[in-house]
Order: sequence, then structure tokens, then C-alpha cells
Amino acid sequence: MAEPRNIWTFRGGLHLDDHKAVSTGRTIEPASIPERLVLPLQQHIGQAAEVLVKPGDPVGKGQLIARASDYVSASIHAPTSGKIVAVEQRPVAHPSGLSDHCIIMDSDGEDTWGELPPAWPDYTERSAAELRERIRWAGVVGLGGAVFPTAVKVNTSGQRAIDTLIINGAECEPYISCDDALMRAHPEDILDGIAILRHIIGAHECLIGIEDNKPEAIEALRHAIETRGERDIEVVVVPTLYPSGGEKQLIKLLTGREVPTNSLPASVGVLCQNVATAVTVANAVLHGRPLIERIVTVTGQGIRQPGNYRALIGTSADRLVAKAGGYSEHIHQLIFGGPMMGFSLRSDQVPITKATNCLLAASQAEAPNNDPERPCIRCGECARVCPVQLLPQQMLWHTRAHDFDKVQDFHLFECIECGCCAYVCPSHIPLVQYYRFAKTAIWTQEREREKSDLARRRHEARQTRLERIEAERKARLRKKKEALEKKPAAQDDDPKKAAIEAAMQRVAAKKAAQQNPEPAGKD
Amino acid sequence: MEFATGSSPHKIGPQNVTRVMGMVLLALVPGTLAMWWYFGWGVLINLMIAVTAAVVAEAAVMSLRGRDARPVLLDLSAVVTAWLLALALPPLLPWWQTVLGSMFAIVVVKQLFGGIGYNPFNPAMAGYVLLLVSFPVTMTRWLPPDVVSGQALSLADSLHIIFSGTPPLGQTWDTLSSATPLDQMRSELSENRMISEIRQSPLWGDFGGRGWEWIGNWFLLGGLFLLWRRVINWRIPASMLGSLLLVSGLFWAIDPETHPFPAFHLFSGAAILGAFFIATDPVSASTTPKGQLIYGALIGLFVFIIRTWGGYPDAVAFSVLLLNMAAPTIDYYTQPRVFGQRKHDDA
Ligand code: SF4
Ligand code: SF4
Repeated sequence: MAEPRNIWTFRGGLHLDDHKAVSTGRTIEPASIPERLVLPLQQHIGQAAEVLVKPGDPVGKGQLIARASDYVSASIHAPTSGKIVAVEQRPVAHPSGLSDHCIIMDSDGEDTWGELPPAWPDYTERSAAELRERIRWAGVVGLGGAVFPTAVKVNTSGQRAIDTLIINGAECEPYISCDDALMRAHPEDILDGIAILRHIIGAHECLIGIEDNKPEAIEALRHAIETRGERDIEVVVVPTLYPSGGEKQLIKLLTGREVPTNSLPASVGVLCQNVATAVTVANAVLHGRPLIERIVTVTGQGIRQPGNYRALIGTSADRLVAKAGGYSEHIHQLIFGGPMMGFSLRSDQVPITKATNCLLAASQAEAPNNDPERPCIRCGECARVCPVQLLPQQMLWHTRAHDFDKVQDFHLFECIECGCCAYVCPSHIPLVQYYRFAKTAIWTQEREREKSDLARRRHEARQTRLERIEAERKARLRKKKEALEKKPAAQDDDPKKAAIEAAMQRVAAKKAAQQNPEPAGKD
Repeated sequence: MEFATGSSPHKIGPQNVTRVMGMVLLALVPGTLAMWWYFGWGVLINLMIAVTAAVVAEAAVMSLRGRDARPVLLDLSAVVTAWLLALALPPLLPWWQTVLGSMFAIVVVKQLFGGIGYNPFNPAMAGYVLLLVSFPVTMTRWLPPDVVSGQALSLADSLHIIFSGTPPLGQTWDTLSSATPLDQMRSELSENRMISEIRQSPLWGDFGGRGWEWIGNWFLLGGLFLLWRRVINWRIPASMLGSLLLVSGLFWAIDPETHPFPAFHLFSGAAILGAFFIATDPVSASTTPKGQLIYGALIGLFVFIIRTWGGYPDAVAFSVLLLNMAAPTIDYYTQPRVFGQRKHDDA
């Protein structure tokens, strides 16, 4: 085998117990078809999808039921065949327990495919644009948790040429093992996806980054690469160090390139995709199948049979839990995602979405309710572990003071909310919560500013309109006057009228002046 | 079924403030016992007085503010402050002076600024300096180490002296006390004596003051323990001791008869204790990696300057307080480069 590759490092990070063994023991359980599916229109970053069906409509499996409404948006398909029941607000998985627009459908149990676009085993004949369109149709989004529309991400035209495709199989967050399971079971599909992605973006080289705590996955992929005689694809083993799976961290580890602040990986010639996303791309192109199911790790001490389960998008979380043997007596919190970055749910009556990589049924010990927060003792531990080299303590300080400009000076928006800082803080300060608060506050401020900008622009537009009307009126008056003057003295018996008109003009001018305090002349 | 909710990260590490402070206390034990060994019961009596005063003072402030005192006391930071202060005090200091220093440290320097985490100055050192400027006589009345004097005060004698403020019958302060090696060095140097001559005195050991040098070693052990447990990092101690060694070495190399050898500086006063336990007090120190190096190095430099040309016996307290004032500025100018930030676009 090739000589070991040079691995770079990033600063900070944490060694965490990975707790993955509990869920990787068994093979991936196939999906079952629930009677009812709830499909949120917003499962991705960007605009919500636009509904194409109405209650009562029969749908086939894989049928497009809501389409991408904008460039940054993603389509949604029926995960099985059945009938649309309603389009309405339903509780969804959201940190603050919100409801959102969802399509609700009942399955007919037949699971018959609807009409699908043609399979393209000969995808190399297709142009990049055609392939992107297919990916867009299939509703593919980043399945590592970012849920950014893949069709947008792989459109790298107008940017620096991409020389390296990085496939993210690091899966650094404790407990989660769905990517591990996928790599072990379907390395071929991953390679298919890689081939297609490389064809689209023209990347010369492909690196698959996997943490060294997944030897089976590493082996499976290396074996598949060898048997297929693939060239320029390499599995690169990275040390287990949270958050090595962060996009910028992984790029640094594998290539030594540092993605500049406020920039995309493309700026250093890299495109990053998650392993599961690659498989979905392969499905869309090679088989014409949309994204309608995913693998979910159901784990934690609060669950009886931890493991990896396939689930149709829209399956209720409680159903998946039931499939995993139900809750054990230790159940305390139900977390969507992992222990470091996931959010906790009040109820399990919410659908699995494209973003759901893990359902963590945590015991009290696994997710202690946040301890009381103590004052910061400025120990600097948080800064030592921050993988972005931020100064969490200073950001905390300015957030508390509501000095949001200062917080941004300390690069708040580079924070990836990995939670390393809060994990080590001896004063148990929920630092990430503060940063989220600051981000939200800044967004709100910005929106307000935009709104007031908009209001100002509207006001200005109204002013110009009024001015125009006034000018037109004056012009009309002038014409009239001229006409009057031209007319001989026939109507000179009407000085009254003229006086009234003059007075009206004065009033109008005064009014206009009042309404328009700003100096005119701006355009 | 309703589940409990919380915000991410849901799992947090094992560290907490009480543990950190507890570890600091543990690391102080060997050096403290060594001091007791060389200077007698006064060391431990001071310690008891200072800790009791600090705890009572903190509890009082908390209850005046109508807040629960328990969590605040349980974080042990007041105990650490009092302990460090006690170690800096002469072993036979009148009890009420110890109480005063300890209360000043807790009430004024720590709590009036808002409690742990908000005090810009190191409370123990501020307490020490207050006592030093208020009671210069008692504060410079050190004992000779037992190994030098050949006699040890009994527990009863020590208690008597501390609580009555007078020497036991048949003794005077002159027979009891002696200058610290640092003091002696300074006063004799000012009389233009040669270092080789000065070192003839029984106060001197192999590389520092007798007794003192061993105390330094035991504190060093505690400091290494803290490094190993990652309670402190190497930057401040290393840069402080490094710069002290470097500057004193430089002057010594130029003129070894009027400038003490570098090891003297390390092992004769509070340099080791200061480097590992006092300058590293996170609250009042610099927090950025580069800043910590500068912070430590400047403390070391000031220690040398004040010891050599200043008018006070030990310089660690003053240097630390001085740099406490500079810490925010140092931090501001030494922010680390954020991941992906280009070298030149620092705002
Ligand atoms: S880890 Fe916590 S206590 Fe330490 S500096 Fe950071 S915020 Fe403050
Ligand atoms: S949550 Fe943000 S500030 Fe904290 S360690 Fe992660 S990136 Fe740094």
C-alpha cells in the first residue's frame, strides 16, 4: 500500500469518549413503512420548498411533492406511495419546539414507485449542468448535519478551480455511527458518488478522511478502492480528535490548507462532501431516485437496542425509538444529533428529517441538566481547546455586556458551535448558548436595520412620487394659465378664481415642504 | 412523554472550580510543610488565622448581599487566597495583622470588585502589600530557619508571641528574629561588602538562603504537579523564572561580586511560589498564549529590578500587582490569529 500520507493538525480540540461501539454492533436495520408520514417543507438551509400537491392527491413513491422554490432550496418527495392528507403546521424538530409547514401523507402499504427520471449509468456523457439539475431534482442536501443543498454546493463555476474533493467520513461526534455503518456496508456506493462528484467539479484528486477509531470502515473503503482499481482516491486516516469532522478542520488535516475566514472551501480549491451525501448523489444519478430515506443512529443509555436504522424521511421519532426496542428506564433527554452539537426535544412526536443523523436517548449521566453557572475565573481553558482559535472568554464578556460590535470583532461568526469551550469550562458556563444568543441578536438587529432601510427607501419613493405629482400638477396649472392668458379678456371677470387658485398653490407648496423635510435633489 | 431539555453541549467535562482550587491547595501542601519544618509553628498558626478570617469575611459579605454563601465558599478560592497570603507573612506576625490582611484581600480586593473572576488584582498579594506598607516593622521581622538558629520555638511560645505580640520571657526580638536572606543580601551589599564575603554567613546554603532553598524545591514540586494536572500551563512560570534567570545571570556575569548569582534569585525569596502559584492566578493574569509569555517575563524582570534597586524586601508581590494592571492591555494586543485569518488583515 502507499506510504502513509502526511497529516496536518489543527489547534485545539478534545479527546472524548466516543461511545460508538454500542450502536455499531449490528447491521443497518432496513426501513419500515409507517402509516403516516410528516414532511416538513423546510429541512434544509435556504427557502422552504413549494407545495405541489393538495389533500386527497394520490402519490407514488419518489414523486415530487414540493419543489425547490429558489436557487438555495431543496425539493421533497413522497417517501412511499399513498395519499396526501393535509398541508398544515405540525411540531417539528427545532431547538425551541416550533411548529412548521408540513405535508402530511398516509401510506397505502403498497410502496409502489411513481414515475422516475431515467437512470443514467452513462453519466459521463452528461454535462455538469445536467447532473447538477438531477441532484437538484433529487432534493439532495448535506447529510452530515449541515443540510445545505448539494446542487448549489457543487456549482463551483466562477470560483477557483477545484483540485481536491474531500469526502468527510470523520464522524467525530461521540455516539453517532451512521456514517461508519454506511462506509462498512456500502463502500461501492460511496465510490460511485465520488466518481460522479469528481466528474461534475473536475477535481483531480479525492481524499476520504476517516477517524482512526473506525478501522472496519477504513478497511472496507480501502478494499473497495483496490478492487475497483480506482486511482487518485485515497483513504486518509486522521486521529480521533473532536471536531476533526468540522469542514474547515478536516480540510486542514488532510491538505494543510486553511480556509480563510468568511470564505468557502472552494477558495482553497477544495470541495467537501459527506459520505452519505455521496451515496445519495449516486442514487439520484445512477438510478434516478430521490432522497427519501436516511440512516439514523438511535443510541444512548435510554434506548434498549441501540443501533443504526434506516428510516423514511417523515417517520415519527417515537416510531423509530419503538423499532429500537423503546426507551429504557434511564431515559432523561432526547437529543436530535450528538451530545456536543445536537439539540434536545421536548417531545418525540416529531418527524425524522434529512438532517437527522442521530437520536440520542440520553440518561441523566450522559446529559446532565446544565449545572448552575459560576463566574468565569479566566482560566483560559476555553481558548486552549477552541479549534477556531477564538477567545471564548472575551466573547462571553462582550455578549454579557450586549456589546455586539465587540463580539464580532472577536470573530463571533467564525464560531462553529462545536461546544469544546463549554465542555472544559470549570465554571460550567454554557458558552455556546451565549454565542447563539449573540448571533440571533445580531441577526435581529440586522433585520431591523434592513427593515428600517426598506422603510426609508419606501418613504423616499413616496416622496419622489409626491414631488412628481406636484410637478405635474404645476405644469398643468401653468399650461392652463398660459391658455388663460392667451384667451382674450373674455374671462377677466374671474379674478376670484385666479386668487383661489393662487392660494391653493401656496397651500400645496407649503404642504409639500412639510412632507419633505429632507433637501430635495436626491435621486 | 415529555423530556428534559438543555442546551448543547449536553455533556460537559469533569472539571469544576472547586476541583481546580482543591488541586492548588494540594500542591501547596509540601512547600507549606517545609516552611513549618524550617520556621516552626508560626507558619501553621498564621495559616489557620488567615483562612478563618477569609472564610468568615466572605460569608459575611455574601450574607450582607443577601446571597447564598455556600457555593461561593465551596469553590475554595477564598481559602487559596488566604493560604497564599499566610505563606508570605513572617511566622510570628501579630494575629490581628494577619486577620486584617486576609479580610482586606477578600472584602476589598475580591468582593468589592464583584467576587471571583472580577478582581483585577491578585487578592493575596494586595493584602500582603497593604500589610507591608502599614506595618513595616513587624512585616520584616522574619525568623531564622531552625537549622540556622539551632533552636525551635514551641507551639505554646509561638501562640504566645502571635497573640500577645511580645516575645517570650527572657528573649527579645533581636535574639529571636533575623533578616531574610534577601534582606541581608541587600543591606550588606549596600555596605559595599563582597558577595563572597556575605556568603560566609550561616544564613547561606548551597545555592540560596539556607532552608529557603529547600522550601523553594518543595513548592517547585507542587508547581510541577499543577502543570502535570493541567491546572496551570507552563507559559507564565517558565517565562517568569526564565527572565529572572536571564537578567540576573547577565548582571552576575558582568560583576559577580556585587550581583548575586542567578540561583540565589530563584531560591531565596518567593520566586518559585510566585511563579507557580501567584503569577498564575488566572483571574488577574494575562490569558492569551503570547500574552502570558510577556506577562511572566515582565514579572521576572520587575522582580530583579525591585530586588536590586528597590526599597522593599521581596519584589514578587509588587511585580505581580504591577503586571495585573497591564494584563488587559497585554491581552488586547496579543490576540491569537483566528483559524483562517490572513496574517495581514487583523483589524
Ligand atoms: S473556561 Fe470558563 S472559566 Fe475558564 S476562561 Fe473560559 S469561560 Fe472563563
Ligand atoms: S463553540 Fe465556538 S468558541 Fe467554543 S470552542 Fe467551538 S468554535 Fe470555539
